[in-house]
Amino acid sequence: MMRGNFQQPFKNLWLRFTDKIDVPLFALAFALLLLGIITLASAAHETPARVSGQAINILVALSVMWAVAQFQPQTLMRFALPAYALGLALLVAVALFGEVVNGARRWLNVGVTRIQPSEIMKIAMPLMLAWYFHKHEATLRLRDYLVASLLLAVPVMLIARQPDLGTALLVTAAGFYVIFLAGLSWRILLGLALAACASLPFLWSVMHDYQRRRILTLLDPTSDPLGAGYHIIQSVIAVGSGGLAGKGWLKGTQAHLEFIPERSTDFIFAVFSEEFGLIGNCLLLLLYLLLIGRGLTIAANAPTFFARLLAGAVTLTFFTYVFVNMGMVSGILPVVGVPLPLISFGGTAMVTLFLGIGILMSIHRHRKLVQT
Amino acid sequence: MRLAEFKDHQRELYHFQLRIGIAGAFVLAAFSLLVLRFVYLQVVQYDYYHTKAEDNRISIVPIMPNRGLILDRSGSVLARNYSAYTLEISPGKVADLDKTINGLEAIVEIRASDRTRFKRLMIEAKGADSLPIRTRLTDEEVAKFAVNRYRFPGVDIQARLFRQYPLNELASHLVGYIGRINDRDVEHIDDEGLTANYKGTDHIGKTGLEQSYESDLHGITGYEQVEVDSGGRGVRTLSRTSPTSGNNLVLTLDIKLQEVAEQAFGENRGALVAIEPATGGILAFVSKPGFDPNLFVDGIDPASWDLLNTSPDRPMVNRALAGTYPPGSTFKPYMALAALELGKRTAQQTIYDPGYFQFGNHRFRDDKPGGHGTVDMYKSLVASCDTYYYMLGNDLGIDNIARFIGQFGFGAKTGIDVDGEATGVLPSQEWKRKRFRKPEQQKWYSGETISVGIGQGYNAYTPLQMAQAMAAIANNGVIYRPHLVNYVENIKSGERTLIEPKLERAIALKPENIEFIKRALAGVNVEGTGARAFAKAEYTSAGKTGTAQVVALKQNEKYNEKNVTERHRDHALFIAFAPLESPKIALAVVVENAGFGARAAAPIARQVLDYYLLGKRIDTPAAEVPGDDGDD
Repeated sequence: MMRGNFQQPFKNLWLRFTDKIDVPLFALAFALLLLGIITLASAAHETPARVSGQAINILVALSVMWAVAQFQPQTLMRFALPAYALGLALLVAVALFGEVVNGARRWLNVGVTRIQPSEIMKIAMPLMLAWYFHKHEATLRLRDYLVASLLLAVPVMLIARQPDLGTALLVTAAGFYVIFLAGLSWRILLGLALAACASLPFLWSVMHDYQRRRILTLLDPTSDPLGAGYHIIQSVIAVGSGGLAGKGWLKGTQAHLEFIPERSTDFIFAVFSEEFGLIGNCLLLLLYLLLIGRGLTIAANAPTFFARLLAGAVTLTFFTYVFVNMGMVSGILPVVGVPLPLISFGGTAMVTLFLGIGILMSIHRHRKLVQT
Repeated sequence: MRLAEFKDHQRELYHFQLRIGIAGAFVLAAFSLLVLRFVYLQVVQYDYYHTKAEDNRISIVPIMPNRGLILDRSGSVLARNYSAYTLEISPGKVADLDKTINGLEAIVEIRASDRTRFKRLMIEAKGADSLPIRTRLTDEEVAKFAVNRYRFPGVDIQARLFRQYPLNELASHLVGYIGRINDRDVEHIDDEGLTANYKGTDHIGKTGLEQSYESDLHGITGYEQVEVDSGGRGVRTLSRTSPTSGNNLVLTLDIKLQEVAEQAFGENRGALVAIEPATGGILAFVSKPGFDPNLFVDGIDPASWDLLNTSPDRPMVNRALAGTYPPGSTFKPYMALAALELGKRTAQQTIYDPGYFQFGNHRFRDDKPGGHGTVDMYKSLVASCDTYYYMLGNDLGIDNIARFIGQFGFGAKTGIDVDGEATGVLPSQEWKRKRFRKPEQQKWYSGETISVGIGQGYNAYTPLQMAQAMAAIANNGVIYRPHLVNYVENIKSGERTLIEPKLERAIALKPENIEFIKRALAGVNVEGTGARAFAKAEYTSAGKTGTAQVVALKQNEKYNEKNVTERHRDHALFIAFAPLESPKIALAVVVENAGFGARAAAPIARQVLDYYLLGKRIDTPAAEVPGDDGDD
């Protein structure tokens, strides 16, 4: 009796606290975070501060996820236009007043800290487009898809000009997934695909030298072994030399002898792959697959058009991160700055990703409350 | 109505779920692609990448051996090594060279000449993985860079051994110099199968002894297995095989004698070779002007290079070895010996010299107006009578001359232990046939033999050949191959490999003939053309003056020093050995465009002999002795 009385309030509190958390989603994300910390401990062995730094990033990101999960999807919908407008305004500001870091104008100094507005677009874009399609749900016409395309194209152009190919790619993907899931006809999709192919030469001509070089190097990394091809050559060696079972945790020579550049951020998968081998890779892919599967299930069962589109786009964007990063590290895609979700060191991406997961949880938990 | 709406919703949901399904399939396909890629890399290509990773990890770092020293016969150092820090850039690992160098400039002093030299090295040593931008850093500069090293990937400090020639210009031609290995050297190294031993070696002997004894001096490269990071910086050493230092060269050269000889030349151009007749060991080997070999070690700056190469004095030519000169009257002793040995003259036979030798339409003139009158062989040498040798040349014939005199090594490489020797020209009918293309040029004319008789015409020999021939006379016809190195010393074991005096040839000569020649040459220094230069000498000596025409004179033209531009003036020559009874030293001197041998060359020989035999040093250029213009 006494025990029950004492425990009951705590139990209620705990239930209320965890009420909106989707257990499968959280468990999968947590498993990935664990693998990430383990890998980071090896990749950043000479800068242990990164591990504790990452722990803080994770705590912040998890709080954001929890907070977002508490919102109802309708509330999220209200954020769509302001978030998009803010993101766009900041992107314009960056283009005008941004700080140049490593030759790219990506950062905006807002007094206390520098922010990277393109990151906001990764969430604001699907939010905005999902909201737009939801609003015109009953009367979707070709015009709506054109408007959506325009809403997508303007920020993407601004981001690509910075230049930040990785983020531009992810924002494009997020927007495209919404348009695709909103039911853009197959005929137009096919036409778009053809048009994309046709515009490749134009794209090539507007690309920066270093971007062109990355693509050329992908085709033949040995053409520039000490220059642009270096990242690819070394990371592919790391992956390949991992073999079936890997060299073992902390035993990756490519990682520990500093042959892998950016080994705690964009190229952390090379470290993971070297130390845990094919078996580790498959486990990692399985975890991602399950997480993506869970996300798609949530999307499929979501109650509103907005929620479906948003959940689907967020999940598929997550997939895009994984595929582009792993493809880049294993040498089948050009080098673009895309981190490995939940594994790579870095606070911004972590927060953005968990914001997405929070959105998925919000949509899942509130599916019965929002009956139309 | 509600039902329709519901159905509509259902159909919409169905469409959406279909698209989600398609997206899911796409995800599966994409992940399968990744799995295939992983299987390919980690299973199929595993061995390849495994090896690649291992190679990445363990790097074989060559350890350069210390280059052997070069010492003179008494242990004075002619070439040595010192250790210094250099700032080196690996061009392959630096994205923007200019930016990097500009950045470095803020930390250590980098002069414009350092930049130009670096650019030159970039072109010359394409394969080199690291090139110096600055050498001889101070301790302060080393410390300053160490603090900033992280800012300069591909740039590092190296402790390197540098070659140094402490005597600078002295004996520069014979010691030679080392320089950075260039493409041609790499080819040569590959051909010799020495590629492995030259890993890590940046320098190689380019000229002189540094070049010809490269294999002794270089040593055996050691190796260290090192775990390195991608910046090429060692993490830890796994194993080490120490290098074996190169061997020291101990020369037969007497550096003090060399110094005396070089000083005796003053500002004159020319060459001197002094040989120990009994062994063939070279005692002095002078070529003036010299150069500072230290300039070449780190890569010479273009300004100095131009200066050395465009100078009309041609300081880079080793005149003693590669310069060829007509012997002039120094040829006469060999002609006389030929006459005796071949029975064309006796010592006592006389000729009458009216001041010229008439051959067909051509009158060969003697230097002395009015001639020497009645001349026997002794007088022909002591007074250097041309007419005697015009006649003798004509009587002997070119092929007899060539055959006999060739035995003394004229017109053939001596085989001295340094590269770059010239062959010279010992004229003969056969030589002319080979030398020229057109039939009319190939024919030997008897008139040409007459000029050869007094050491002119096609005659052209190196000072080394002249000295060797003089040593042969001194040694009664026995010739030892000239050599600069006395022994090669293994520093570790102390083992000495002696360069044995190698008997080249023993010319069969009648003792009375060689004795007569020696006596006549002694007369030259006592009562003849060399008498003024050897006045009051405290030892006995033999010598012969010579003057070699640089431009042919026209018929009846009288040579007048003042009318001829400096470069067209005659070369002064002198050959000598001493002491007369038991010769310790034989030498040949050529002073370019200096006029009469008696006046310009003999005094140099006198200073050298004085020092070598008596230890007397004057340390001033040999003053010209006033001489009778008609002497030789």
